[in-house]
Amino acid sequence: MQIDDIDRRILRYLQAEPSLSTAELAEKARIPAATCWRRLEKLNQIGAYKGQEAVIDWAALGYSVEVSLRVTLDKTEPRAFDDFIEAAREVPEVLEIQTFLGRVDVRLNILARDMAHYQHVYRSQILTLPHIADIEALMQIATIKTAKGLPL
Amino acid sequence: MIELDDIDHALLRALSRDATQSAGALGKLHGLSQPATWRRIRRLQDAGILKGRRAILDAEKLGFGVTVFLGIKLATKGRVSLEDFERAISAIPEVQTVEHVLGLYDYRVRVVARDLADFERVLRRRIMTMPGIGDVEANVLLSEERRPGPLRGVAS
Repeated sequence: MQIDDIDRRILRYLQAEPSLSTAELAEKARIPAATCWRRLEKLNQIGAYKGQEAVIDWAALGYSVEVSLRVTLDKTEPRAFDDFIEAAREVPEVLEIQTFLGRVDVRLNILARDMAHYQHVYRSQILTLPHIADIEALMQIATIKTAKGLPL
Repeated sequence: MIELDDIDHALLRALSRDATQSAGALGKLHGLSQPATWRRIRRLQDAGILKGRRAILDAEKLGFGVTVFLGIKLATKGRVSLEDFERAISAIPEVQTVEHVLGLYDYRVRVVARDLADFERVLRRRIMTMPGIGDVEANVLLSEERRPGPLRGVAS
């Protein structure tokens, strides 16, 4: 199914203000509410619009340290990716798991309450993950842009 | 910081999966009345823990087939050049996130593009031409999964 300009317009407004009701969204996109509702339904069905998630401020919850761990895996081990990702899912402090084509194989986003807690998580739960060849850490100092919006 | 109990954690976990659920439906799952659930959500919002919601869009289905993470090192540093750089890179529509980091690189940047040719255009015309840019490393995203994070409560 094709995505057209009206779909893109709806998603653009929705992305900017996710809490808009269908009626408000329709008004902004200058289309009838019924059309807007049908379009959203269609976008949902084809999996382009998958709903909404709450944004949690981890720092307000007491997790002030965020570290991006770039992991290189031992690729001589055929199950390296599967084993590593499966084990990483069990670590509650892991917020994101991404796999890459490039110099980095997997990246984990780790949350910790402070540096001491990070040290503890790193030693007892990260370094024990299977098939790690190398780890590099990038510590987040500030997020400058977080919108994660698509240029629709 | 406010004290959170297991129910608060469960609510956060449920809302981070689906933020459109009504307080009534959410409360029923956790044995709370609708007003009690609403009060808890309000409290989480007031404490700044619940910061609103985000529409979950599938980049690939909307024609953005390529996501690349760039590690960028600046060639020249100094307070002014950092701010100029941040402003300039944030203004590029294809740039989704910009993080200032400590380590091998100065910035971590997420870029979305229609395909590799489109990515090359953004990289060459918009990013490599920025003043003060040094080393750039690119890694193409293959898969991505978000975890609930350190929240207590029933497993997802």
